[in-house]
Amino acid sequence: MKLTYYPGCTLKNKAENFENSAIFTLNHLGVEVQELSRWNCCGTVFSLTTDDLMHHLAPIRNLIRVKEANSDKVMTLCAMCFNTLKRANEYMKNDPEGLDKLNQFMYREKIKYDGDVEILHLLELLKDEVKFENIKSKVVKPLTDLKVASYYGCYLVRPQEIGIDDVENPTIIEELIGLLGGIPVDFPYKTECCGAYQTVDKPEIVAERTFQILQSVQKSQADVVVVSCPLCAFNLDHRQKETVQQFPEFKHIPVLYFTQLMAIAFGSPEDVLRFDLHYINPKPILKEKGLI
Amino acid sequence: MIVNISKKKVKSDFVNKVEELSGQNLLACYQCGKCSAGCPAISQMDILPNQIIRLAQLGLKNELFKSKSIWVCASCMTCNTRCPKGINVAEVIEAVRQILLRKRKDHIELKDLSEEEKREVPPIALIACFRKFTS
Repeated sequence: MKLTYYPGCTLKNKAENFENSAIFTLNHLGVEVQELSRWNCCGTVFSLTTDDLMHHLAPIRNLIRVKEANSDKVMTLCAMCFNTLKRANEYMKNDPEGLDKLNQFMYREKIKYDGDVEILHLLELLKDEVKFENIKSKVVKPLTDLKVASYYGCYLVRPQEIGIDDVENPTIIEELIGLLGGIPVDFPYKTECCGAYQTVDKPEIVAERTFQILQSVQKSQADVVVVSCPLCAFNLDHRQKETVQQFPEFKHIPVLYFTQLMAIAFGSPEDVLRFDLHYINPKPILKEKGLI
Repeated sequence: MIVNISKKKVKSDFVNKVEELSGQNLLACYQCGKCSAGCPAISQMDILPNQIIRLAQLGLKNELFKSKSIWVCASCMTCNTRCPKGINVAEVIEAVRQILLRKRKDHIELKDLSEEEKREVPPIALIACFRKFTS
């Protein structure tokens, strides 16, 4: 069974640290994924209105690309892509008439889509296919003494029907951190929205969210926060600049992708981790813990 | 605050349109307030999510159109997952936004963003923002 990979736009620029570390991780685990040779934007947000078939075209076209690659399983890293692709697919599966209309609109596509592609997030792949128990033995540099807060945000867990874990209290990333030898810490804001795309024209909203979320993280004594969404990563990391201006008592904390910690635990060279893309440099704390 | 409610407003096209676009039954809401209790954005809102539902039930469209809240909601879906009546509150708010946007009243203009602002944010932020705030 061939597993294809849909990267999405941000993984190819602002979130190269996410992509590079994920690919290193998958190689280390012996999992073969093939990037789709052709793909387009997923639309980033699932259309919430009942009459908006047009905006399901972009995600569904990507699923046609998966079929063209002789696959019926596609993996994503970005939580927004995961959510949009999976929701669009579920929506179309439950609306045969709508799907038929979309197929007619896409009459130039060689494949008529019938809703049979499975969309997986990397975390699901690791848990259900690679199996968590096989990960522990692959660790070469355990994350000893590193306290990690796992931030899920919205799109990995909501709505419940497509979520990868419990809707109110997901623990899949904490489980993974434990296997890597780190110390997962709990905090109450792990599924609270970071403000998402409000970051474009209302960064002050995001700064307030970042303040609340990261203050809660710091109360849990965490050294770092891990995320799995490039927009959460930008808001929680880069918007710390605005956060400290708005809330002078705020203290900086590094934000990483969970795959970067996996790559470190699997002995990756530092250039894979692309720390140059971070606003708050994670290197001092990682050095202090003897991890880089 | 004086609120004038009338049969005409409650039975208006606006109420039908919100129900149709959102796919939700507005009258299912019994105002428990759970949506507002869990909403992470209420500190930025002028009217709360449960009040948005009430205003929509009563067809008070002008109050909704001029509210800041409909543009603050980022569809995080927390309200949807917690509503004991199974109402998708985020979809109702989306419907109100869409009614305005479909009159070509974009909430954001690309030309108002500086080059620096556009360069700074990740592509997903820009695309999501324009998907949500323009027609």
